Amino acid sequence: MPHPCFVRLSIMLRLITPRLQNHVKLPLFASRVPAGFPSPADDHLEAELDLNDYLIDHPAETFFVRAKGDSMLQAGIFDKDLLIVDRSLTPKDNDIVIAAVGGELTVKRLCIRLGQPWLLPANPAYKPIPIKEGSELYVWGVVIHAVHHIKGKG
Amino acid sequence: MIALVDCNNFYVSCERVFNPRLEGKPVGILSNNDGCIIARSEEIKKLGVAMGTPYFKIPDLIKRHNIQILSSNYALYGSMSRRVMQVLGRFTPTMEVYSIDECFLDLSGFSQNLSAFGNMIAKTVNQGTGIPVSIGIGPTKTLAKLANKLAKKGIAGKGQVLDWTTLKNVNAILEQFPVNDVWGISSGWGTRLTKLGIANTLALKQADPKWVKQHFGVVLERIVREINGTPCIPLELIAPPRKQILTSRSFGERLTELDDLRAAVSVFSARSAEKLRRLNLCTQSICVFIHTSPFDLTKPGYNNAVTITFDKPSDDSGKLIQCALTGLERIYKPGYRYQRAGVLLPELLPAGVRQLSLFSDEPEENLKPGRRMATIDGINRRYGRHTIRYASDKLSQKWQMRQNQKSQAYTTDWAALPIVKVV
Repeated sequence: MPHPCFVRLSIMLRLITPRLQNHVKLPLFASRVPAGFPSPADDHLEAELDLNDYLIDHPAETFFVRAKGDSMLQAGIFDKDLLIVDRSLTPKDNDIVIAAVGGELTVKRLCIRLGQPWLLPANPAYKPIPIKEGSELYVWGVVIHAVHHIKGKG
Repeated sequence: MIALVDCNNFYVSCERVFNPRLEGKPVGILSNNDGCIIARSEEIKKLGVAMGTPYFKIPDLIKRHNIQILSSNYALYGSMSRRVMQVLGRFTPTMEVYSIDECFLDLSGFSQNLSAFGNMIAKTVNQGTGIPVSIGIGPTKTLAKLANKLAKKGIAGKGQVLDWTTLKNVNAILEQFPVNDVWGISSGWGTRLTKLGIANTLALKQADPKWVKQHFGVVLERIVREINGTPCIPLELIAPPRKQILTSRSFGERLTELDDLRAAVSVFSARSAEKLRRLNLCTQSICVFIHTSPFDLTKPGYNNAVTITFDKPSDDSGKLIQCALTGLERIYKPGYRYQRAGVLLPELLPAGVRQLSLFSDEPEENLKPGRRMATIDGINRRYGRHTIRYASDKLSQKWQMRQNQKSQAYTTDWAALPIVKVV
């Protein structure tokens, strides 16, 4: 049994690791039983692929939100999709962003024209909104992936 | 050099990240059972609502100023705190997480302009997590704390970062700074110091450390030396081992029936056992207490506690629940309106050290409940806290806390993710 101090230490170390806890399992040996023939692949084992690694670069700054509405179909965002939002990224022209507008979180496309940032709605029924200094709207984070279920959940 | 990073109005800030509607409005967060206001936005502070104000006392004010009131949502605050600390961990290898919303960073050896560095840290945390922070920087922990308070008061001018060593009129500032506000000084000490002629922090700084040690002991002496810029309180990189575990709640309503109390006590015992196992500790005894409300002056009051000692140390939920319930039955008296119960593990031992009992008639297999507990913990960690629990939990739900205005667990529950409108 490790001494309590070491238990705490491991917690501290986890804190400074830039990665949220995930469930990657490293297989030590492919063949389960020591008896019998060892698997010829035992010397070539690699970690299984992990979607967290693939989708998330900044775990502490990444948030999941749920999309509601279908006016961003052409951007690949469907109703009920899970959006993965990285807040550490500085929003750039043409990024799909989460913006706080009128006290609500919404999905918009950021557009910078002549140094002026605009939020473009996907729906032509809505007008583009300029982002002005001191206004109550702000960019909340940059959408980096949309997770869309083809079958099953959703 | 040491920096103290403190999240501004942390609980309110967490709520605002996911609910922009709260921005700019007076917001108050309630304690367990929606009793008192325990966290406040700047706007509600300006309305004169003090820390700890009972919720039921200010209905008119709430209505008049459209004050937003929320129950506390610790799942959210815990998750946001971990995120903030992780971001901070990228800036220095040496840090001490001091509380849910405060963290000391060791900046010794950093050669750059520390104010600018602090501003960069604050900006990164704010952008990445949405939480605004204030940063005080100083040669000692005490001065970093002090600089942080000054930064919050706006002494730094613009921005929320203040490097103590850049201040010119240090003595004039300390003269205005009450000793009570210095980190580590209790109000009792503050009163005594004032009586002895040390009313402000400048006087404390100039006090003779030996005299201070004689009259107040080594702790205050260290504080005096720290105010003078000599580091005496090192960063605690490893938290000291826990001495006790206390799990206690006041109930959402007064309870009279034994079964209601049983359900509460068994949940508290299971929670305590989980904490034990997480810290790799075990306990030799468990103390159960129940009491009526000290404010129910019209009804008879009763409080009692009992400690049950095991024949050998354990971290087994079943064992703790069983003993706690035995204890509860011993102290329970019908006819009272109970307000609170709790379970205390007064003495903790490292889990590896187990003295077997010479006279125990428990079967051998009970000596190793470890695997069963590890399995349950694993399942609960993976599928949610309440996936596997003890049946005695189910006796009653009446004890559950009142939390009528709780926001969602935005970051820890798939079903509670923030909704964004696609328009």
